[in-house]
Amino acid sequence: MTKEDTQQVVLDIIADVAPDEDLSNVKPDVRLRDQLELDSMDFLDIVMELRKRHNIEVPEAEYTELASLDSCSTYLMPKFEALGK
Amino acid sequence: MARGLQLTNTMAADVASSSYNKNIHGEACIAMRAGMASDFYSTMSFEPARIVITGIGLTSPNGNSLAEFRQNLLNGVSGVQPFDVRYMGKSLAGVCDFDPLKYQKRKEVRVGTRAASISIYCAREAVADSGVDWESVEKDRVGIYVGTTEHGNVETENEIYAISKFDYDTKYWSHYHNPRTVANNPAGEVSLSLGITGPAYAIGAACAAGNLGLIHATQMLRLGEVDLAICGGVSESIHTFGIFAGFKSQGALASHKDPTKASRPFDKDRNGIVVSEGGALYTLERLADAQARGAKIYGEIGGYRVNSDASDYVLPNPTRQAECVRQALKTAGMVPSDIHIVNTHATATPQGDIQECEALRNVFGEGCPDTHINNTKSFIGHTMGAAGALELAGNLPSFDDMQVHPTINVDNLDPQCAISGMVLNKPVKAEKIDTILNNSFGMLGINSTLIVKRFTA
Repeated sequence: MTKEDTQQVVLDIIADVAPDEDLSNVKPDVRLRDQLELDSMDFLDIVMELRKRHNIEVPEAEYTELASLDSCSTYLMPKFEALGK
Repeated sequence: MARGLQLTNTMAADVASSSYNKNIHGEACIAMRAGMASDFYSTMSFEPARIVITGIGLTSPNGNSLAEFRQNLLNGVSGVQPFDVRYMGKSLAGVCDFDPLKYQKRKEVRVGTRAASISIYCAREAVADSGVDWESVEKDRVGIYVGTTEHGNVETENEIYAISKFDYDTKYWSHYHNPRTVANNPAGEVSLSLGITGPAYAIGAACAAGNLGLIHATQMLRLGEVDLAICGGVSESIHTFGIFAGFKSQGALASHKDPTKASRPFDKDRNGIVVSEGGALYTLERLADAQARGAKIYGEIGGYRVNSDASDYVLPNPTRQAECVRQALKTAGMVPSDIHIVNTHATATPQGDIQECEALRNVFGEGCPDTHINNTKSFIGHTMGAAGALELAGNLPSFDDMQVHPTINVDNLDPQCAISGMVLNKPVKAEKIDTILNNSFGMLGINSTLIVKRFTA
């Protein structure tokens, strides 16, 4: 899975978690919470959806790895790769 | 600000002679003993503040505003339709089609509950209808009292269904489960939506809860706890299979090839309850406050009573129901013949309807030529926690249009349900409509009667 594919996975989840947000111009290097209206419960939703949709576990100590789209892809790409995706 | 408790001269003298005590905040409060409530107004020199209805917001299976709801009640339009129930398949239900996005963001709808969406819609419609200048309202002086039959079953069933797809592994259980299932969820989400910082909580009273919402608000206004109350009842019940399955197991779930004919209280062929969702929330104020701002007034709380059967988990008790009605009349200073509309609770169960009719015959049997008896569930099914509040709303316009909406679907009146004054299948024009008596009863034997009277200054 490419960096872009991985970021799209996260954006698809955010589209469901925060359906009022405009995701057309999300800057990959800026913290998601600095450009979108996302709270801590929303991040738990993102973690839950990664678990449900992609069988990926994000331990609580590593939640900060989901701060931006860039950090998400850096963190998640190896996990997708380990799953053969 | 008008005080909730208005002391008469006699009462003031009693205060001086220490018939009244001081609470820990130093405010005068009344030493009310248990058991004296029914005679309270008649034996004490106490004049409770007059409480009036100034705004109505509702969603019903046959209307999303008071005007639409009323029109459909007068035109015989049912709101019952086919409805798929998880695990059970095809059934019938009263389903609301209000637009939750009128007052909520999509994320709020996703995170919150159906009961809360209904509550927010009704609360905001009521506030808008009241004409109150919301910006200037002291939000900590507003109370939210939402009656519910139950709350949490919908979310719990949904989560169990969701984790069933993951071999019941609870790590897939939603982190929203607890805020969604606490009993105060509907009221709490209204407080979030409207920025209300006063008391916001649920009134749990089975299917009497809608009436209880108004009654409790009346009490809080009279105690001076709040200056404006948003109150009534809501139900999201159709989204839990459990309530359908429970009634089915009880032999009390309605069925009919024509959904609009399924809810048929008092008819010989009635065969049970149509489960429905809905809500009705009111703004209630002390009369002095309403008059000070020139509010339109739908009606005045005339009297009320809540009692308990103490006899069975589910079977009603006509003796206690009749007592409830009589005691409500007493608090209103009325006799049965003063009541012009009795809106029944009857849910179309074979036994329950007969027992309520026995209670009503006991109270209104003879000598009440101006009393009309109707039933709103025949149109919309049983909206559970919303029933009392929604059914009252369906009748309040009678003060203006002088019509009594009927009980529909009574093709063959059950002789055991026959009572003088029943309005069947077609609305009637009445000479005099100054009072509405609204009955709502619930499981575990809770009975409520609320009397609303035409407002006269």
